[in-house]
Amino acid sequence: MTQQILIAVLVLGAIGAFFAVVLYFVAQKFKVVEDPLIDEVAEVLPGANCGGCGKAGCRAFAEACVAQGNLEGLRCAPGGDVVMQKVASLLGCAAEAGEPQVAVVRCHPANCGENRRSNYDGLKSCAFANTVYTGENGCPFGCLGCGDCVAACQFDAIHMDAETGTPVVDEEKCTACGACAKACPRRVIELRNKGNKGRRVFVRCINKEKGAVAMKTCKNACIGCGKCAKVCPFEAITVADNVAYIDYTKCKACRKCVTECPVHAITDVNFPAPAKKPEAPKPAEEAPAANN
Amino acid sequence: MKTFRMGGVHPEENKISNDAAIEVMPVPSQMVVLMNQHLGAPATPVVQKGDKVKVGQLIGEAQAFMCANVHSPVSGTVAKVEPCKDAFGLAKPAVYINVEGDEWMETIDRTPDIKRECTLESKQIVDKLKEMGIVGLGGATFPAHIKYAIPDGKKAEYLIINAAECEPYLTSDYRVMMEHAEEVCIGVSILRKALGVPNAYIGIESNKPLAIAKMQEMARQFEGIIVEPLKVKYPQGAEKQLINAVTGRKVPSGKLPIDVGCVVSNLGTAFAVYEAIQKNKPLIENILTVTGKKLPSQHNYIVRIGTTYNDIIKHSIGELPATTGKVISGGTMMGKAVVNLDAPTVKGNSSVLVMDEGEARRNPETACIRCGKCMHACPMGLEPYMFSALVKNNRIEEAKEHNILDCIECGCCFFSCPANKPLTDEIRLGKNKVRAMMAAKK
Repeated sequence: MTQQILIAVLVLGAIGAFFAVVLYFVAQKFKVVEDPLIDEVAEVLPGANCGGCGKAGCRAFAEACVAQGNLEGLRCAPGGDVVMQKVASLLGCAAEAGEPQVAVVRCHPANCGENRRSNYDGLKSCAFANTVYTGENGCPFGCLGCGDCVAACQFDAIHMDAETGTPVVDEEKCTACGACAKACPRRVIELRNKGNKGRRVFVRCINKEKGAVAMKTCKNACIGCGKCAKVCPFEAITVADNVAYIDYTKCKACRKCVTECPVHAITDVNFPAPAKKPEAPKPAEEAPAANN
Repeated sequence: MKTFRMGGVHPEENKISNDAAIEVMPVPSQMVVLMNQHLGAPATPVVQKGDKVKVGQLIGEAQAFMCANVHSPVSGTVAKVEPCKDAFGLAKPAVYINVEGDEWMETIDRTPDIKRECTLESKQIVDKLKEMGIVGLGGATFPAHIKYAIPDGKKAEYLIINAAECEPYLTSDYRVMMEHAEEVCIGVSILRKALGVPNAYIGIESNKPLAIAKMQEMARQFEGIIVEPLKVKYPQGAEKQLINAVTGRKVPSGKLPIDVGCVVSNLGTAFAVYEAIQKNKPLIENILTVTGKKLPSQHNYIVRIGTTYNDIIKHSIGELPATTGKVISGGTMMGKAVVNLDAPTVKGNSSVLVMDEGEARRNPETACIRCGKCMHACPMGLEPYMFSALVKNNRIEEAKEHNILDCIECGCCFFSCPANKPLTDEIRLGKNKVRAMMAAKK
């Protein structure tokens, strides 16, 4: 009996020892050397895996940072300057301070509810609705209102306004990762600089139809008259394909164009309400318009 | 009785406009003729503002390969050449014509005589189909001259004419059979000659016994035309299903009917072919049904292409009932809701179907219960419930591997789903995504 136990222990022990040696050499042979810096960088990233940087996730972004050795062309929008500073200090390079951005919806919500010409009861997907028809208010460029952007947002920062059927961005939560802009089949959503104190001016329309046609579908549609471009002291506004676009890098938010626009297609956000006619502050959308 | 093997459903037939004889719709005072009324690239306008045109004059020329000629359906002066919004609100290139009188091209034979003899050769027939702008009138509006120009190395053995009219409500093909049986048979003979096939089969669903009798009687006077009664099952008239029903052959995934030696055309196309070849009349008229359960009267009309939906509604029933939910172009299964009633009709439109609010409403969607009804209903042997999940989760590669592109969008899965899931919509979206993926890979 004792002998049998002994044999068993010895045999198992011998097999164990043999495989231990084999595994040791295999491990040596196939060892993957990974820079421990990748782990450290990944640690300071937000970890939301939103894909806003263009990489597959935060880990892939960390790998790209370490492989490149500097932060040129790499930016974590949700993390912002704080995270980029940390990453830069880990890599030992300088981080460029980026202007904080926010998603803006370039479609005027005021007309979507009242101007509804049809009721869509098909698949709740903008990508699908876009292949079927123009949208409930008849605008072939505007928001379809099925909420692909809401589904794409991982930060709970964009919501449908039940009344108008257009999305509203929550400025506090928006990280400018760009997921909503990518999800929108009509490219209604654009990332724009947040601006000083969050004050921005943008064209809330991307309708490329001729003025008269566009006006028929929406009374706030940009008609491409070019008045805004003429009045702009900073040459920030261009009019192409019957629609104006304000370049946010040039715009100084003087708001001359806002008062000039005959169809009120240009919107200003987060400015103090004028004394004469109090205006409800618009929480979080924005929208310039033009070339895409 | 012959039928296709896999799947299929039987929706309520609702052929309530069966007995309404074809009437002629008057010509409105202004016409808008869209330049892409067919599958493929839009035709190029060859008229300018101020030009005088006659009925049947070429106004849009096919310059691309996948394209068809467009002819003026009216006589008058061209008002402008600029985009017009189609039935779904999307701007399409178009020619606006102010109607003046009704002067036809001299070449068009407008006498009521029926001409049986066709002396043209196969090649000449195909060329003439191109010249006359004939497209498939079964719904896809595939240019006929491309379909009937058989590529080298392939051989047509069967010509199949789809007169199944399996879509609920539609009766235009039925009326054509009842009123123009002889012309249809001549058209079929011409197509048979163009292909050089021994026999042409006309598939008719057995819920149209009068039409079957009429066509059988007429077909006896013609060589090589066989009328094939088919079981009443949707989608009996779908190309691949009809081939399966008539010949027993199965079109493999990703292949075309010609790969199994078949060419399928709609009955309406055969009639248009007769008029084009024997009477020199281009495709400028549609035969369409105006129907709906709540409408005071049911109609079948012969309508100049370009007449707007509003014109048709105004002439036929005055105005839409107050409870109208949807106006659909096509049948209940595959038709599309019209968003813009000011839009002109185009080649291939087969009906104006007015549905009541209650009838048109989709029931609220609930969760999939994995009952498998959609699989049993699918005439292509696909698994719609799975596509729904794959598309929702953006697993487009897998959807492609499971042959999502084979879907013919007949709507059987959606029709059969007890959870009211918009399966067909989801599959359409998936197909778009697969095509986008394939295009990106190229």
